[in-house]
Amino acid sequence: MIGQLLANGIILGATIALGAIGLTMTYNILDFANFAQGELLTFGAYFALIAVSAFAGVHSTFGALSFGWPMVVALLLAAALTSLLAILVDWLVFRPLRRSSIQVALVIASFGASLLLRHLVVLIWGPQPAYYTTNIQISTQILPGVRVTPDQIFLVALTALLVVGLHFFLSRTKLGKAMRATADDPQLAQVTGIDVARVVRWTWIVGGSLAAVAGVLYGMTVQILPEMGFNLILPLFAAAILGGVGSVYGAVLGGLVIGIAENLSVLFLTPTYKPAIAFLLMIAVLLVRPTGILGKPKL
Amino acid sequence: MSLLQVDQLVAGYLRGVPILRGVSLSVAQGEIVTVLGPNGAGKSTLVKSIAGLVPVFGGHTTLDGQPLGNLPAHRLIAVGLAYVPQTNNIFKRLSVLENLEMGGYPLRGRLDARIARVFDLFPELLPFRKQAAGRLSGGQRQMVAIGRALMVDPKLLILDEPSAGLSPKLVAQVFSKVRQIRDAGVTVLMVEQNAKAALQISDRGYVLAEGRERIQDQASALLVNPEVGELYLGAKGKLL
Amino acid sequence: MSGVLSYLVFFLTTAAIYSIASLGLNLQWGRTGLFNIGVSGFFAVGAYAYAILTISPLTGQPGLGWPVLAGLLGAMVAAGLFALLVGIPTLRLRDDYLAIATIGIAITVQLIATNEPELTGGTNGLFAIPQPVAGWLHGSGGVAFLILVLICVALVYLALERMIHSPWGRVLVAIREDETAASSLGKSAFSFRLQSLVIGSMAMGLSGALYAAFIKFISPQDFLPIFTFQVWAMLILGGSGSSAGALLGSLVVWAIWTLSGGLIQAALPAKLQVDSGAIQIILIGLLLMLVILFRPSGLLGRKRPAVHRSTVPSKEQA
Repeated sequence: MIGQLLANGIILGATIALGAIGLTMTYNILDFANFAQGELLTFGAYFALIAVSAFAGVHSTFGALSFGWPMVVALLLAAALTSLLAILVDWLVFRPLRRSSIQVALVIASFGASLLLRHLVVLIWGPQPAYYTTNIQISTQILPGVRVTPDQIFLVALTALLVVGLHFFLSRTKLGKAMRATADDPQLAQVTGIDVARVVRWTWIVGGSLAAVAGVLYGMTVQILPEMGFNLILPLFAAAILGGVGSVYGAVLGGLVIGIAENLSVLFLTPTYKPAIAFLLMIAVLLVRPTGILGKPKL
Repeated sequence: MSLLQVDQLVAGYLRGVPILRGVSLSVAQGEIVTVLGPNGAGKSTLVKSIAGLVPVFGGHTTLDGQPLGNLPAHRLIAVGLAYVPQTNNIFKRLSVLENLEMGGYPLRGRLDARIARVFDLFPELLPFRKQAAGRLSGGQRQMVAIGRALMVDPKLLILDEPSAGLSPKLVAQVFSKVRQIRDAGVTVLMVEQNAKAALQISDRGYVLAEGRERIQDQASALLVNPEVGELYLGAKGKLL
Repeated sequence: MSGVLSYLVFFLTTAAIYSIASLGLNLQWGRTGLFNIGVSGFFAVGAYAYAILTISPLTGQPGLGWPVLAGLLGAMVAAGLFALLVGIPTLRLRDDYLAIATIGIAITVQLIATNEPELTGGTNGLFAIPQPVAGWLHGSGGVAFLILVLICVALVYLALERMIHSPWGRVLVAIREDETAASSLGKSAFSFRLQSLVIGSMAMGLSGALYAAFIKFISPQDFLPIFTFQVWAMLILGGSGSSAGALLGSLVVWAIWTLSGGLIQAALPAKLQVDSGAIQIILIGLLLMLVILFRPSGLLGRKRPAVHRSTVPSKEQA
């Protein structure tokens, strides 16, 4: 029982981690909590649905997985379109407000953007849940008492691959280092000659792409729903805060902790309270280590 | 022909509330020039406005004959101007090496030779190259900051209070590095509180008061000028 | 009473109920700089507390059958307690964390409302909620209740204005405007912020209670984040920091919301009407952006030196 819950926790945690990375990056580089991050996951899932539906006649599956190359195309398309959407929202909503004298205009705007995007999803795709495939996957036993589907194994493997890839991007490439530098000190980055506007664009591209992949993976293993991203926003924030806002690896760790905690909670609570667990855990962390874990104390 | 020419510069954070009220100064090729002045005289604002970080409302600034106007900070590197802020002048979470690489961000191609040159100037940083810059001591941080600015081979290096918060021994060390940098061909304009130590390595100096330059002279003359001591210490006296 | 007139009564009652919540937000955000984006949560706590306290057990629902006045007071106390719960761990931290915590409480309240049928009626909600002054001014179609709500607005307005202009209120502004003042107050700055959060949330709780009494039926669907967005829109448009602005903003935003909803219903094909909310949000959102960019003090906000992002202490001073 516990083994199975742990496995479920890692699977959910991987999805949360991918979304939380994007949240952490925008938080650090643009200096605001983006409440519309959840909707990037939602849009990613729906963009992929477009591609999957377009290839509906193609029957291709990779081994035991429920999908074939149309899903690869769908993932790439979702990442590209979600990045574009993120840049568009930044350009239309956040960029003009960066000049505002109202300090939290960006956060309020992101809250409004999240509502708007959610309504747009309902407007375009309708309120009913959707699925990439109607095939039922058979789960296999990988450890005594732990059963997972091939898709779930793929999910965890892809997440691990993306995190490693991101690590190399941030630590080895010029652009990646410039992103870390800008996150560290935007004004100094400007003085140093870093093209901050370009860094901001790439922040949305990386964060948006990871969010899209997270959305597709969530849609693949759970379901696609207009509220899916909003339902994940608390776990995303909790993961980012738990991991110490600012570090990619912290977000991954935070995601895993939240995913596992939410799943273990069914031992004590009805499963419908899963999202509240993330919240309680976050409050607990804030109470115990209000500044230590966050690293950025309020002055 | 001076490298940096500032004429009647008016600048400040809010239009209508200028902090600089018409400052003029010039820095010749190969000089070390220090700007002194009591707190609130506008020293930091002066270098920040030259570095494109404070809005300029009037006056004219040229570097090597090129007008700087209101060029944004990140474009000034290309013109040959590198600026080291007084605080928050390093990327704390990046390693020393990465800090230098970021200094060379606008350049294309490999940076190895330039990085090696910075480590030649600051050999004491070499053992810490892979360490997060935020963990270094105050003096070492200052060297990282200056090293980062030197990566682009600037014509003019602007230092905002490089000795702030350093022990007297470290101040001497940093200033001797500044001299070495000048001897390598980089012109230096710096703002300093530590008037005596700064003037000792400078060629010329300006004293700023209430948003205007009050006195300009050879550094050696300023050191013995009683008026400078008065502006500084608020009492009669001279620095030496 | 004619249809138009009774619609006007309905419109005014709703706007007045909203305005109590935005008065509360004005104390929290406008005066103290507390970033509460879980307004719908405190509103819901007030609504449910009022319903549970006042519903007659004879209806077969979880209800205590208390008098309505006790219900209103209980709603305020309940919302205040929730505010305490959120405020204590987060008020010492960056503003964003309070924002995240408040949206967390809003989501948690909704989860409880949905999943505890023995307490909240679950997705079916609670009905037959008693209304104060019901049956007074017989046949006036709700005018009596509107008058009651307006009296509540007036009382909240006067009470908050008194607080805002007391030494206590000036300390709040000092804390918001000046980081050094805040830090020199040290521990007591935290306590001032907490008091402001609790009192503001009590107003939101009262607003929720009046809503429950007005509609007489509540379910989790009544307390979505869009409510929070509307209240913020009201405050920003009216003028953050000004109680009168909060009142005016409530009237204007609710009028725009209702009118645009009506227009969309009339103008758009049925298929697109399903989610007229998106268009209304774009409309209000656009208006908000224009206000933030070109008239940051809102319609009635007092001019105050703007806090520039660049003057905010940089992220790390260490």
